[in-house]
Amino acid sequence: MLELQGVTQIFGGVTALKEVSFSIRADEITGVIGPNGAGKTTLFNIVTGIYRQTAGRVMLEGRDISTVPTDRLARLGMVRTFQNIELFGQMTVLENVMVGLHSRSSSGLFACLFKMPWAVAEERRIRGEALEWLRFAGIEELAPVTAANLPFGKGRLLEIARAMACHPRLLLMDEPAAGLNSQETLELSALIRTIRSRGVTVVLVEHDMDLVMSICDRIVVLNLGQKLAEGTPREIQDNPEVIAAYLGDE
Amino acid sequence: MRRGLLNYLLVAVCILLAPLFFSGSYLLNVLVFAGINTMLAVALNLLVGYAGQISLGHAAFFGLGAYLSGVLTTTYGWDPWLTMPVAALSVGILAFIVGFPILKLKGHYLAMATLGLGIIVYIVFNEWVDVTGGPSGLSGIPNLHLGTLVFDGDRRNYYLVWSCALCCMLLSCNLANSRLGRAFRAIHDAEVAARVLGVNARLLKVQVFALSAAVCALAGSLYAHVMTFIEPATFGFNTSVELLTMVVIGGLGSTYGPFLGALLLTLLPEFLRVMRDYDIVFYGGMLMVMTIFLPGGLVRGIPGLWHKPLALRRAKGDAADA
Repeated sequence: MLELQGVTQIFGGVTALKEVSFSIRADEITGVIGPNGAGKTTLFNIVTGIYRQTAGRVMLEGRDISTVPTDRLARLGMVRTFQNIELFGQMTVLENVMVGLHSRSSSGLFACLFKMPWAVAEERRIRGEALEWLRFAGIEELAPVTAANLPFGKGRLLEIARAMACHPRLLLMDEPAAGLNSQETLELSALIRTIRSRGVTVVLVEHDMDLVMSICDRIVVLNLGQKLAEGTPREIQDNPEVIAAYLGDE
Repeated sequence: MRRGLLNYLLVAVCILLAPLFFSGSYLLNVLVFAGINTMLAVALNLLVGYAGQISLGHAAFFGLGAYLSGVLTTTYGWDPWLTMPVAALSVGILAFIVGFPILKLKGHYLAMATLGLGIIVYIVFNEWVDVTGGPSGLSGIPNLHLGTLVFDGDRRNYYLVWSCALCCMLLSCNLANSRLGRAFRAIHDAEVAARVLGVNARLLKVQVFALSAAVCALAGSLYAHVMTFIEPATFGFNTSVELLTMVVIGGLGSTYGPFLGALLLTLLPEFLRVMRDYDIVFYGGMLMVMTIFLPGGLVRGIPGLWHKPLALRRAKGDAADA
């Protein structure tokens, strides 16, 4: 599905990532973990084209996406969410999800200005589908609320609904459980499983170990910009190097 | 949606009936300017209010439209109805080309670049004397006409200009509530998130910039044919700032904000004439008060003034109950 080949990122003199290679298998939930500063978010920023890597390649379904602009990646089936949720604050919850359908709609400037019949029909489809995604995330009743007024947990759900509206085949989630209470985290893990059951491959960067260990099929561990280990949750839990990285050497 | 249409019709009827209630041709003349300013403010609001990209050079597009219409009709003898779409289209295309490098910039840098654009165009109007007539202006521009009906009186111009302004308001409202309007607002609120969701921010910014410029050019054409005389001073930096002020005072990213802002900023100076030299002081003071107390602009601010004390009282009531 997604393959990283020797990805290196250097900021000024700091090497944030050093020759990181691994691949994500389709229909699995993969966790990327590591201590703070391990380069997890940098990795996401490279994969989604927000940063350009210093060296190495990123392949999406066998296609090199190293130079593909961010906005084209959604059309290729890859969408991400953000660690500090990035909502369109002044728009309503429903409108936020409707933006998620942007790449799957096509009315042009002329049609939008003059409300041509096909644009009106498309608008109706967008609205209907956006409502379905709100229902999917269980925040349907918040549709008319201005997004900036949402509590944090609901904002997370909105971000996921918005990303799903793009119909991704690969969904990258940057710390989806950060800032959530235990009840909300439980609901989140159920939601992630539902997303996977719909045939969407999920990659999550996460600090919440209970969540990672319970829902991930495979885990990649980063430390100081390098890949430390890769395997099933059980293998990772038993890996002495990983334990050392998290707890420190004796 | 229904309510939106009702509001719009109400505003349209008020505007179209307004001339029946006063006879002074002076006020009518001022209102013609208010109509042109409304078109300009609506156009600028698409860019600044919705897409969140600043421009300090929009008077340039206004001026280009006016001069294209002026020169094509007086020097080349074109029909005024033909020059209007030609002016709008060519200015739109020009803005599209210029927009690609300029809109890569953000914030202060974008402001500076658009400011530079405005100054360059202003200098061309002034210095290219053979074509534009230079600082002394261009006169003898023909009025628009429909068959034998010539748009020369204040009342006729009022209806001409305000019908165009009302069309602009309707189209801008349509756009704001479409998939593109949402994409513009998304770019405004969180550009990276919008791009991740497949919004081609770069292209859309240039598109809205070009559209906004084309509408300004249309307003410029209209201005030239209504006034029959144009001079560079009308299209300088001051006008760009005034336009931005109209949009901000009215309410960024709202349907009727630019209209209210344009109306207020066109009419107010006329009424302030009685204060002689102090009008500019009052004007500046009002701007400060507005931005401090009504940052959302008139459209959001005025209902807010009513709701806020109410909400406060309610909150206090709740506290007292508890």
